[in-house]
Amino acid sequence: MLVELLENQTQVDRTNGASPQAPLSLEVEDLHFTYPDGQVALRGVTLSVERGEKVALVGPNGAGKSTLMLQLNGILTGRGRVAVGGLALTPDNLPLIRARVGLVFQNPDDQLFSPTVFEDVAFGPLHMGYPEDEVRRRVARALEMIGMASYADRLSHHLSVGEKKRIAVATVLAMDPEILVLDEPSAGLDPRARRALIELLRELPLTMLVSTHDLLMVRELFERMVIMDEGRIVADGPTEELLRDEALLAAHGLELP
Amino acid sequence: MYARFVDPYRDISSLVHRLDPRVKVVATLLFILSNALLPDGAWLAFALSWALLIVASLLAQLGPGYTLRRSFIALPFALAAVTVIFALPGRPLFAVDIGPWRLFASDAGLVRFASIVLRSWLSVQAAILLVAATRFPDLMHALRHLRVPQLLVAIISFMYRYLDVLTDEVARLLRAREARSASVPGQPAGGTLLWRARVAGNMAGQLFLRSYERSDRVYSAMLARGFTGTFRTLNQHVMRARDWWALAAMAGALALIQVVGRLIG
Repeated sequence: MLVELLENQTQVDRTNGASPQAPLSLEVEDLHFTYPDGQVALRGVTLSVERGEKVALVGPNGAGKSTLMLQLNGILTGRGRVAVGGLALTPDNLPLIRARVGLVFQNPDDQLFSPTVFEDVAFGPLHMGYPEDEVRRRVARALEMIGMASYADRLSHHLSVGEKKRIAVATVLAMDPEILVLDEPSAGLDPRARRALIELLRELPLTMLVSTHDLLMVRELFERMVIMDEGRIVADGPTEELLRDEALLAAHGLELP
Repeated sequence: MYARFVDPYRDISSLVHRLDPRVKVVATLLFILSNALLPDGAWLAFALSWALLIVASLLAQLGPGYTLRRSFIALPFALAAVTVIFALPGRPLFAVDIGPWRLFASDAGLVRFASIVLRSWLSVQAAILLVAATRFPDLMHALRHLRVPQLLVAIISFMYRYLDVLTDEVARLLRAREARSASVPGQPAGGTLLWRARVAGNMAGQLFLRSYERSDRVYSAMLARGFTGTFRTLNQHVMRARDWWALAAMAGALALIQVVGRLIG
């Protein structure tokens, strides 16, 4: 059913006008960024993600993972080149880029800022200027995709953490993103909620870039893994291969349980 | 997670609950306006206003005493009007000595004081009824569609959304302090007053910083989903015949109360 829903969607709307010929969902070239307080966060990051690929982004705290994610839709802007679905990120096409990058923040209380679930999921489509019936259709579809259609009228602050995380994913699904960017989706979840989230990510047929410390989830879901440390990408390759390289993992503060 | 602020909304499916929220907001404002316009000492009119409120509470299936029980919280504020007892010229009733001054309470002052207390008390009860019979998101929609400035509505909605998150944060801070507030036999525990005050001040500062940083992250989340500075919402509510009738009935009853208040008192 999920795949059906998404196929319907792509017929209506080619992920916000991203040209279907461009095989790359995301291109980042030699990106540098320094925070206003002088802390250097990114030192020349180059990364590309093909359409349909699911990529894990791992590395110790402070490696620059979250900073990189905030660059992808121009919330932070550094020196270098970022393009989403073939469209370069410039101040002029910031709104278009934001429609294409579905960024889900780590803390769902930051992501869900409206009183009700419906209003939160409708926020993106409303700001994209869709008419009322289209907004309602998108909200219904997004909630159906995460299996929470009955939650539309619930109050956000009454939900459990696991429920909030899934709704947070729905808030960007409603925008038909070219690429889903998730910051530590499984952090702070109990095993059952974590399992539900992993199954959700497995089933969503979207391009994904997911930052996480959960290497078991990485092994289960992602064929490709990117390791960041000190603002640089230090390894990029097949997950199984990288996870076997114990010296590499140890050098960057990672361990496989 | 730890603390839950008490949502004043009572989930009942009554006639009043099903009314369009805009009607309820306008009716409540009219009721408060009517109270403010009643002359001093119009006791019959005040009684009728109260009766109207009780009828509305009964229609909302909340019971006649529901708003009364919750209204006492606002009563201390009415005491701010206590000075009018002594400020208004009239027949002196009794005198109070404060240092070198002697204050005379007048009958006219006492009547005005009682009227002010009644007005504010009835108005508070109307507001309590409004929030008990209207879901908060609907209330926000109503305010938006009644052209209340968007920024103001946004601030109120954010407050409602994050009240829980903030009380959680406070509860966590208090817990962390509690957990380390140990004492050893033979040692005076608790530290000096100054030291404790400084700890409390630091905690307040922590809470401010955390909230400030959270507001930054929330704003980023809004930007990420295309926020450009204006709030957009769907128009969810349509006025039906019964909404118009309810509004008309309220306006009619209030007009009657005004006539009674001015002619009979």
